[in-house]
Amino acid sequence: MSTVTKGEEFGPLEVTVTRANLVRYAGASLDFNPIHWNERFAHEVGLPDVIAHGMLTMAFAGSLVTDWAGDPGKVLEYGVRFTRPVPVPDDADGATVTFTGKVSEVSEGSPAIAKVLITAKCQGQTVLGKAVARVAVD
Amino acid sequence: MALDPNFIGRHYPARETYEVGREKIAEFAAAIGDTNPIYLDPAAAAAAGHPDVIAPPTFLTIVNLRAINVIVGDPELGLDYGRMVHGDQSFDHRRPVHAGDRIAVSVTIEDIMARAGNDFITMRAEVHDEASELVCVCRAQLVVRGDEA
Repeated sequence: MSTVTKGEEFGPLEVTVTRANLVRYAGASLDFNPIHWNERFAHEVGLPDVIAHGMLTMAFAGSLVTDWAGDPGKVLEYGVRFTRPVPVPDDADGATVTFTGKVSEVSEGSPAIAKVLITAKCQGQTVLGKAVARVAVD
Repeated sequence: MALDPNFIGRHYPARETYEVGREKIAEFAAAIGDTNPIYLDPAAAAAAGHPDVIAPPTFLTIVNLRAINVIVGDPELGLDYGRMVHGDQSFDHRRPVHAGDRIAVSVTIEDIMARAGNDFITMRAEVHDEASELVCVCRAQLVVRGDEA
């Protein structure tokens, strides 16, 4: 990966998120906040529907970067802002989120570090902001 | 009710040790739809230079959330869980987490501020291994929506 250059783009990764995915992620991550599985509760706190765990959206975006990196251990830093919730309807289609990545700079040094900017969109709207990973590239 | 800025700097020491298991990593990877063999196959992980299968970059949310919930539930702080949303999250890895790691998490309240009727609380969690080496710094900002927001 030492041939990584500024401006390189990768993706898109298109992910379908259903209620079943949310239940499974709740169990795996031990995040049982009812806004992610209980529609009645979600409505009570003013949400339009059950919403995906922000951390699940962050993890999907992370997979785009780790697939690009090859070895996930090369992802040194990874951070996002949760700018907009991803509502997940109670049907077979769920919600679709599309991720892309772009190398915004490559630092000198050993290892060289690529700064990767990630976009995440659901129904044309950005759901992650300041989504940045730093990846060792040699 | 605004959060009390006097809580800035409050430290919550590690309470327990969490042992990272191959099965939990596999379960987490499946939940995020990721089949990278370095998460699942010890031979593939070894070929990449790791002592065992490693965990995805956001895996530490499991222990980070548990540690954060101690603060969220601190009756002295009085944070309203029903009005809370996750504002941001980051992981600064000093090395990959791998199966067999025994880790402990301590958390410090780094900042509390009020803006436009909402409260913002930033927490810095440090994850250490059994040798007391720093493995990762996890930062989370929670937003507590005000009455008018």
